[in-house]
Amino acid sequence: MADNSSSNAYWAANIKTIKIFLVIWFVCSFGFGILLRPMLSGIGVGGTDLGFWFAQQGSIIVFLILIFAYAAKMNKLDREHGVEE
Amino acid sequence: MDQFTLNLLIVGATFALYIGIAIWARAGSTAEFYAAGQGVPPVMNGMATGADWMSAASFISMAGLIAFGGYDTSAYLMGWTGGYVLLAMLLAPYLRKFGKFTVPEFIGDRFYSKTARLVAVICLIVASVTYVIGQMTGVGVAFSRFLEVDKATGLYIGAAIVFAYAVLGGMKGITYTQVAQYVVLIIAYTIPAVFISLQLTGNPLPPLGLFSDAKSSGQPLLTTLEQLVTDLGFKSYLTQSDTTLNMFLFTVSLMIGTAGLPHVIVRFFTVPKVADARSSAGWALVFIALLYLTAPAVAAMARLNLINTVYPQGAAAAPISYEARPEWMKNWEVTGLLKFEDKNGDGLINYVGAKDANELTVNNDIMVLANPEIADLPGWVIALVAAGGLAAALSTAAGLLLAISSAISHDLIKGQLNPGISEKGELLAARISMAVAIAVATYLGLNPPGFAAQTVALAFGLAASSIFPALMMGIFSKRINNKGAVAGMLAGLTITVVYIFLHKGWFFVPGTNSFTDADPLLLSIKSTSFGAVGALVNFVVAYFVSNASAEPPKHVQDLVESIRVPKGAGAATGH
Repeated sequence: MADNSSSNAYWAANIKTIKIFLVIWFVCSFGFGILLRPMLSGIGVGGTDLGFWFAQQGSIIVFLILIFAYAAKMNKLDREHGVEE
Repeated sequence: MDQFTLNLLIVGATFALYIGIAIWARAGSTAEFYAAGQGVPPVMNGMATGADWMSAASFISMAGLIAFGGYDTSAYLMGWTGGYVLLAMLLAPYLRKFGKFTVPEFIGDRFYSKTARLVAVICLIVASVTYVIGQMTGVGVAFSRFLEVDKATGLYIGAAIVFAYAVLGGMKGITYTQVAQYVVLIIAYTIPAVFISLQLTGNPLPPLGLFSDAKSSGQPLLTTLEQLVTDLGFKSYLTQSDTTLNMFLFTVSLMIGTAGLPHVIVRFFTVPKVADARSSAGWALVFIALLYLTAPAVAAMARLNLINTVYPQGAAAAPISYEARPEWMKNWEVTGLLKFEDKNGDGLINYVGAKDANELTVNNDIMVLANPEIADLPGWVIALVAAGGLAAALSTAAGLLLAISSAISHDLIKGQLNPGISEKGELLAARISMAVAIAVATYLGLNPPGFAAQTVALAFGLAASSIFPALMMGIFSKRINNKGAVAGMLAGLTITVVYIFLHKGWFFVPGTNSFTDADPLLLSIKSTSFGAVGALVNFVVAYFVSNASAEPPKHVQDLVESIRVPKGAGAATGH
């Protein structure tokens, strides 16, 4: 294992990344898809509204982008902190 | 060639393919496979995870539930995909670094307690057995249709095949068999969807077709569908009828249940590196998303086709007569999953929203399988869908049965009751537990607590309330100790099981329930959504019990430190 101070900084950076990504994750699924849907009702998408699109399609696309972005970001953090395999 | 022969031929051919690959892969690379799937690139691993993960619930049942539930059922789509984000960020890389093979092993080591490991085994078994009941429901539907027998007979035949398949054992574990199963199931799911999307909207891509104009009306497809269902008195397809609270909790429950299901988590233990665990989750979701982006289109189009079949002149005109019903309705009547009852004696199929006037009952679970027949697609497509549904159900059922049997033989018997057991004895115990699990699931599958996807949703609630919080706290907190984890898991599991049994009957025996999901005990929270509440209880109990007792010993805190950084991960060991 790397020295403690470095791995603590690494862990703190990881936690910060996770928090940002979870906010996006939440807003695009629970937010736009469920809780905020009434606010998006004015924006039409193919016979329905944007909230319906997020609930049945948009959220899944966002999830995909999030995972790959997280993997890339963590690979970079691994290298910066010298903790990669 | 008639449809029955075609079904047998295509289903038989896919089975021959799986067995062929199993034999081929075995001959060359047994050693490689047991060395933790090294050399299996993340893309392949993702595909295999997709096959493992997408079960009868995803393939056979989900689009049917959406077809009849509309927007309210979006929770299935978001819940069963959003969990992968949690897996990739909160669990998979750290569990890979930990480097053992089973989930109870991690819980036992992290919480330095045999009791914790035992409780994890119990949670795993309860969630997995419930999950298998859902698979048996789906298998029963698929077999009853394509062998043209009634539902119960289909279920018995399915159970026998699942048993033979799972006992073959190694077959399921070989990644390349699962890659083949994935390819079969995704082709079987998308080809009819492309045909139907072209027929209805002219757009060959179903996810785009869903939001395109319908050829018949020139209006958007969803507007056309909404118009029809509301004219006939069904509940709206586009607006929300469920409460926001229940929909929210249901989505949470499915998401964290996904991240807590042992047979999915173990796939990430066997990738070569920690970085691969993260990207494997992404690739798994790519292959899962191919089906999940198609499913809402399949749902809306199947519903539209169903209504158009019954009302060829539009909702304002008279429906078709029972005598003039199409061939596919006759086929499904044989299984008992589609029923017509001429309540007003006019000989017409009055398919309407009002319960006392409606004469056509369509089981949600038949929609995907019947879809190509309803759309009048060629016979080989119909047979392909049957093969795809069986691939989905069998691969997942086998994976779950292996998880159950390894929990009993490896974690329970070898780890606790009888450490000196011989390898042969361990294997026998594994087979017996598998047989018992299938027997229980088949019996309960005869009177399932819901449609396949609903039963599976209950399993996710159980995993969400018990395993996910323990894993997450084990990684992200150094303070949670043995007592906290055990109390948390027991509290979360117990309260969720009791809530489910109060609504679905004790041990799912029909008639022993005190409440129904239409009028639930607590606010508007249905039993399928309660896993989220159970998880919260688990977190809170674990936190307070841990803080009231001694902190974990130094070596456990060091273990937590070490799983947080990728460096120094060896190959997975411990089996």
